[in-house]
Amino acid sequence: MDENDIIICRCEDISLAELREVIEAGYTTIDEIKRVIRLGMGPCRGGTCLQLIDRILAEYQGTGRAEIQQPTNRPPVEGIKLKEIAGDAVEK
Amino acid sequence: MQLKNKAETVIIGGGVVGLSTAYNLAKKGMDEIVVLEREYLGSGATGRCGAGIRQQWGTEMNCKLARKSMDIFEDMNELLETEMDIELKQQGYLLLAFSEKEMEQFRKNLKLQSRENIPSREVSPAEAKEIVPHLNIDDVVGGTFCPTDGHANPFLVVKAYADAAERLGVEINTFTEAVDIIQEDGKITGVQTDKGLIATDKVVNTAGGYACQIGEMVGLDLPVKPERHEILVTEKVEPYQGPMVMSFSYNIYCQQTPKGPFLMGFGDPDEPASFNRKSSWHFLEEMAKKTYNLLPPLGDLRVVRQWAGLYNITPDRQPIITESKEIPGFYMAAGFSGHGFMIAPMTGILMSEMILGEELTLDINLDLERFEQGNLILEPSVV
Repeated sequence: MDENDIIICRCEDISLAELREVIEAGYTTIDEIKRVIRLGMGPCRGGTCLQLIDRILAEYQGTGRAEIQQPTNRPPVEGIKLKEIAGDAVEK
Repeated sequence: MQLKNKAETVIIGGGVVGLSTAYNLAKKGMDEIVVLEREYLGSGATGRCGAGIRQQWGTEMNCKLARKSMDIFEDMNELLETEMDIELKQQGYLLLAFSEKEMEQFRKNLKLQSRENIPSREVSPAEAKEIVPHLNIDDVVGGTFCPTDGHANPFLVVKAYADAAERLGVEINTFTEAVDIIQEDGKITGVQTDKGLIATDKVVNTAGGYACQIGEMVGLDLPVKPERHEILVTEKVEPYQGPMVMSFSYNIYCQQTPKGPFLMGFGDPDEPASFNRKSSWHFLEEMAKKTYNLLPPLGDLRVVRQWAGLYNITPDRQPIITESKEIPGFYMAAGFSGHGFMIAPMTGILMSEMILGEELTLDINLDLERFEQGNLILEPSVV
């Protein structure tokens, strides 16, 4: 199969080709790429794709993966239902 | 990359207001425009905002700016020849009143809005429930609805303005910080950045939550304060809620974005002025309670992410869009008090007209002197 058909972000259905397109358009940070194509913004919170994107960015930039700036880690750590957070305190 | 060392105008702040100003200036033919952004474009207030576009305001100035901006949002894909659709959704804002007193204020606002051709109307609790069937109307006294209010994607609006500005020759420098503004004999002569000096006699302060710091660079103590506001986003689901549901007294806004997730927030009345942009557990808990009570079925949605950004608040909750009387050449579009994104299209046009000395398209008076004179017209409709 064409390497570009590989799905990088399963939650947002983003292929390697789409990722390459934004990198080639000039975006240099994970923060920007997330916001433009929503990679890593889905319910798994970047569990898979963030492991892959820094490697691909590093390839383009000719640096090591360690040099790629990681995006802000935002709470909660995993998805929680609003009613569970609201708990018993809800006044109906 | 080497910065330009000379510019006709330097715009400090690469959010939607700065980029809209840059685009409109370039479109009117100005050459040598430089935008400075400390991080990436939209990394401040724009990219952290609630993505709503509302015309139902309570002051004439905010109504005018919002109404004209909506016209521009409607045509933005064509106007800016966008590469990616800005995801405009116009399924309305439903504003809820929880007391007769609040409803009286809404009726005053409706009169004002009608003069500005904003198609808003009063709704009863039963009508509100027809518009949003899953709404708990137990304590709702009434409300107003404007069907053309809605949503646009702030990241893609920023990209649209940035791309269009670059095509017109604007130089946009990301990860470049304005460190100081240089003055000689009371006149601006340049902007010192962390990557070099740019000679210019015109500077525009569009620094959002950090506008006061840019003001300090020219010795102005701007009547604005940064204040953290928090938001959360849920997992995406099928289209379920058309309009934004909002209340000032119950203190909430909640909208489903076109791709499926719900965005929601409220303003903490005890939030101190600060540059704090960290999320809090307190917010998450309060937000969950408010939403589960007012919009019960949303209780089943999982929270995916929460974050915070800065409002830049003025004493009357209306922006400052003006040139400094004390320091000629220092322009400001700041103090948007939480609604900069939705009025940015018109703000950019007005700023460009002001800078070029043209007659303003809209009759506005949003200068600094109003705060000294003290006859402020307060915007009552802010979350």
